[in-house]
Amino acid sequence: MENETKHTCLHECHVGLGALMAPFAGYDMPIEYEGLDKEHEAVRTACGVFDVSHMGEVDIQGPEATRAVNHIFTGDVSAMHDGQCLYGMMTNPDGGVVDDLLIYRRSGCDYLLVINAANIDKDLAWIRANTAGYDAAVTDRCPDFGQLALQGPDSEAVMKAALGIDGSDLTFYTFKTLADGTIVSRTGYTGEDGFEIYAAPDVIVEMWKKLMDAGVTPCGLGCRDTLRFEAGLPLYGDELTDDITPVEAGLGMFVKLDKPEGFIGSDALVRQKAEGVKKKVVGLRLDGGATARHGFEVLAPDGDEVIGHITTGYNSLTLKQNIAMALIDARYGALGTEVRVRIRRKTVPAVVVKKRFYTPNYKK
Amino acid sequence: MTIYYLPTHEYIKVDGENGYIGISEYAAKALGAVTYVDMPEEGDELTAGEEFGAVESRKAASDLFSPVSGEVLEVNEELADDPRLINNAPLDAWIVKVKISDPSELDKLMDEAAYADFCATQH
Repeated sequence: MENETKHTCLHECHVGLGALMAPFAGYDMPIEYEGLDKEHEAVRTACGVFDVSHMGEVDIQGPEATRAVNHIFTGDVSAMHDGQCLYGMMTNPDGGVVDDLLIYRRSGCDYLLVINAANIDKDLAWIRANTAGYDAAVTDRCPDFGQLALQGPDSEAVMKAALGIDGSDLTFYTFKTLADGTIVSRTGYTGEDGFEIYAAPDVIVEMWKKLMDAGVTPCGLGCRDTLRFEAGLPLYGDELTDDITPVEAGLGMFVKLDKPEGFIGSDALVRQKAEGVKKKVVGLRLDGGATARHGFEVLAPDGDEVIGHITTGYNSLTLKQNIAMALIDARYGALGTEVRVRIRRKTVPAVVVKKRFYTPNYKK
Repeated sequence: MTIYYLPTHEYIKVDGENGYIGISEYAAKALGAVTYVDMPEEGDELTAGEEFGAVESRKAASDLFSPVSGEVLEVNEELADDPRLINNAPLDAWIVKVKISDPSELDKLMDEAAYADFCATQH
């Protein structure tokens, strides 16, 4: 069956731990084990481990790999050094985001792209179609890798003690490849220090078991979402879609509009930057106890005019208040602007604030 | 007090012609720490089977459905200050007190034993 839910290499481990499982991006994934709140706290204060084996991996290799990647990517990989990671997006000719991704530069002719699980098929087709004119080979590496994210202030010590992997030589957004091919990067999606580890599925299962034996908190996608949200990090499908540009999403710092050869979508983004955006992703702080959730309407301060919708919203554990990200009419986007959010039968006052609600603790 | 349940995990504890409506222990546990209870107002008319509010946790918002029709006599204001009462003692932390307008509606609900069986079939 084409729509059958897929399993990661750690599926049995999750079920064995009694995790609440649910479909995400075509995979049956753990949402929480002992509870979202506890897992969220573990990552903010100590260390937690996530199964992110559903993420996709793609190699682009060959003499023209740098030009090929630069043609489809908003960042400039020609300016990277080997062993560096770079976050950015692939955009369509209108500037809308095909996907956001991490690029690992092994060398000027060897790149690893890490893409969202929900977009793997779309991305592979996009990458293949748009790099066909370059002397560079595109390889789907998804079956070759499982992935763990070890996140939280204790991650370096835990990785050393439980897995025997030294991460002290890695600074934020750098990586190394171990003798057995395992890739370790100082990256993550939580607003905390931490590492992401890519290895063969059987190696990932062994690592997971060692981390469980060491007492590391298993963390589900539930807290992965609350953690990334507090840190103001976008989730594809919420803050980024084919119809939202990086400029509208407030991610202009990841777009290099001065690359000599440009990239797919760069003309549209140059134009949008000059003309100004009509909609933008903002942070909202809400009055009261009700939580604004994905899809809820954002209203003008008076009247019933719908000016946008909530992309993500939570009662923040770290801030102890209801906050949200929303895609709204840019005329209401200035910090301090008062708007309203429709939550079921009520409308709740909200104010536009910075969307980085939590200051990340990265090891630069 | 006799207690009845809906398949959507609301309970009603019947006290004469009045009833106390809340969510079951099973529902409270599945939701996790409750962050907010969206309650109707005193005097609102509830209709059996229809939505009248919501219970929220960090994970999700869960709509509340009324087991019976009737007027809201009282809302539990304590939940506004401390929604976690629902996790601590769901059967004590009633959300609204209603005047039951048609007691025959109670016949359509699950009793305690039937509800326990029903929960066992949920994973």
